Amino acid sequence: MLGKKKAVVGGLSALVVGALLAGCPPKKEAVKTQAVGTDAASKVYVPPGKYDEFYVFFSGGFNGQVTVYGVPSGRIIKVIKVFSVDPETGYGFSPETKPMLMTSHGFLPWDDTHHPWLSQTNGEHDGRWLFINANATPRIARIDLTTFETTEIIEIPNTAGNHPSPYGTENTEYVVAGSRFSVPVPQKDVPIESYKENFKGVISFIKANEPGKMDVAFQILMPGFDYDLARCGRGPSHGWCFFTSYNTEQAHTLLEVNASKNDKDFIAAINWKRAEECVAQGKAKDMPATYYHNYYDEKKHMAASEEKKSVKVIDPKDCPGVAYFLPTPKSPHGVDVSDDGEYIVGGGKLATVIPIHSFSKMLKAIEQKAFEKEIEGIPVLKYDAVLHCELEKPCLGPLHTEFDGKGFGYTSCFVSSEVVKFDYKGCKVVDRAPTYYSVGHLLVPGGDTKKPYGKYLIAMNKITKDRQLPTGPELIQSAQLYDISGEKMQLIHEFFTIGEPHYAQAIVADKIKDKIKKIYSLAENEHPYAVKAEKDARVERKGNEVHIYMTMIRSHFVPDNIEGIRVGDTVYFHVTNLEQDWDIPHGFAVKGSEEAELLVMPGQTKTLVWKPKAPGVYPFYCTDFCSALHQEMQGYIRVSPAGSNVPLKYYTGTPPTAQK
Amino acid sequence: MNIFSRGLLALASLLLILTYFFPLWRIELIAPQYPEGLRMFIWVNKITGGTEFDLYNINLLNHYIGMKTIEPEAIPELKIMPFIVGFLIVFGLLSSLIGKRPLLYAWFITFLLLGIAGFVDFYKWEYDYGHNLDPNAPIKIPGLAYQPPLIGTKQLLNMLASSFPDVGGYIAVLSLALGFLAIILDIRKSA
Repeated sequence: MLGKKKAVVGGLSALVVGALLAGCPPKKEAVKTQAVGTDAASKVYVPPGKYDEFYVFFSGGFNGQVTVYGVPSGRIIKVIKVFSVDPETGYGFSPETKPMLMTSHGFLPWDDTHHPWLSQTNGEHDGRWLFINANATPRIARIDLTTFETTEIIEIPNTAGNHPSPYGTENTEYVVAGSRFSVPVPQKDVPIESYKENFKGVISFIKANEPGKMDVAFQILMPGFDYDLARCGRGPSHGWCFFTSYNTEQAHTLLEVNASKNDKDFIAAINWKRAEECVAQGKAKDMPATYYHNYYDEKKHMAASEEKKSVKVIDPKDCPGVAYFLPTPKSPHGVDVSDDGEYIVGGGKLATVIPIHSFSKMLKAIEQKAFEKEIEGIPVLKYDAVLHCELEKPCLGPLHTEFDGKGFGYTSCFVSSEVVKFDYKGCKVVDRAPTYYSVGHLLVPGGDTKKPYGKYLIAMNKITKDRQLPTGPELIQSAQLYDISGEKMQLIHEFFTIGEPHYAQAIVADKIKDKIKKIYSLAENEHPYAVKAEKDARVERKGNEVHIYMTMIRSHFVPDNIEGIRVGDTVYFHVTNLEQDWDIPHGFAVKGSEEAELLVMPGQTKTLVWKPKAPGVYPFYCTDFCSALHQEMQGYIRVSPAGSNVPLKYYTGTPPTAQK
Repeated sequence: MNIFSRGLLALASLLLILTYFFPLWRIELIAPQYPEGLRMFIWVNKITGGTEFDLYNINLLNHYIGMKTIEPEAIPELKIMPFIVGFLIVFGLLSSLIGKRPLLYAWFITFLLLGIAGFVDFYKWEYDYGHNLDPNAPIKIPGLAYQPPLIGTKQLLNMLASSFPDVGGYIAVLSLALGFLAIILDIRKSA
């Protein structure tokens, strides 16, 4: 990704060029509000109470989450908690969810999410799961699309900066991961200047098709470049995945300059079926590596972590045919495979052309050994032997491409702040539309599948100054919606997004909306501290630990008066929501809690750990406006000094006369 | 009885078998918060909800107005009704077999009286639930009772309550009508 400075420089030069072409200074308003068609409003208006046609999942970037919007209206419908703690629900605070954020580096309350990817069957969205990568501490998460909850996270060993991820295969056999930052593999204490000698990239394939069974199937040891983005093949190219690389100069300082020297870097083509053969033939080495696999059991309402100790690593020297390099100009970002699986479009950030490779030519070049050279056991194919064509003068700073299923590709261009539409077979630009400003990724619903919907395009912009009421130095990011059903792209809507979306995926609402879970079954709740009826609610002391088995239902807690707690105790509020009605969560909050609050869904049990520090009487209450008598949904817990002999006592309604 | 009336009576009796498989009556509550509605079905031997949890949720909401919990196990009528229907079936079939006119009249009148008794009982049951409220209920509105309509629709606070026959109820009405038709035919043929 280019820096904002460069964007400004780019934007300025674009203005200068524009001014020269027009022959007079551009009017500010003309730049700011480019033609929005008069019929735009009717195209995006979804009346209150009506549903949008698409669910769109935006990565949250530095907020570590995923945000869901309805399109075409651009209405926000959900923030999904993934890699960052969420005090609102207790995600990452409650003992049930803390294991989800465990890694080999300990408990991490944050990360940086980049690329959502919807599971596929036969190269089409199947509406089962959404996967998303964590860039900073490499991980991949699975989000269950019946609950919109994160249910599984796997850490990727030997990797740093998991950027080319998760981009799975056409039957969700695998999701992939890679090193944006090459590091010593295995890690060791070496001078940074020994980069060329010691630093390696790693590309990983993670089994993804079975919930609870995510596993790093194998890793491929790659030269120490920066691996940027990825896409797996479909149709004829199923069995291959493609990764862009930059910094083939192998710089370790001032990359802005030092990694921008080579005219061509590479797209790495990985034959994962060949890799599977090599693993089966025992050609992969078991390398010691520590990484975590975390899984949330929906019936126990509890996550568990498993520490893994070893990973299978393939050295391409031991497995010929597993990897090839396709020379690609220049510092490519996106690598995108057309819906027919034949064309591979590279988005060379610094290139003056958009190179389009041909998969069938690539296979032929491999067969004819049309190699330029070899790098660390990986043949470099001849550029001309794999190239379908170069799209001339497309734009400045091409990044990422998606397809409409009608023979056109759409590439986002950061520097010239526009989207270009091109005929990828005929190799010509057919339309262009400005974005506001500096588009990063774009999305066409289904644009990375065999059957794109080809109706809308969404541009995700990095710079939004003057697009909204100003809010101080930090501004919200924007998304612009284009109608691409006609010959010309038409800007029809703009909406604003949380965090910094780096990519989004969209699915037709009909594929998931009727499969959504409304409640968790109380009868099937297997949480060890669940109580399924008010009569079983109780308080138990075990030394300094006090376990409160509490229920909540409109509009009271059982018990709601608790005495006999002492300073020095650790109090566990195990709260079960007895509701079995849609959209009736209850919240739980206690004064002085250092562990956030809880939001408990119908049929679910969650735990809040509370360590009272001073004697007194503390209120607790429901934080979710659940009912007409929500304000009455409250209780008290009495804390006595350490060593006091106030007896344990608890009730709701009528105080017990004699305590058992 | 002529052959047509005997056949009709047999058919009317056999039709009643279906009432074991379909609810007799439905009560539906629709509110701003429940656009999808909460439903309760009354069968010859049980009360069920529109979904697995509708009855649970109706009871939960009813506690705010102090209405008694609806517990199907505690309603004696649900234990007796299957036998009453069984009696009508056997009685009708036997009468059809024997073919004596007074038996047809007796069957029809018994059915009619049982039906009326059923409605009276249902009304009393609704009256009891709607009026006999817990004095400690959080929501108390002087003069307002929560008795659902015997048949029809009525606004009760935020709930639009409707009470109508369901498939089994219509089958019972049809069975009774067939019995009536059997009587008419029998009178005409013999006249």
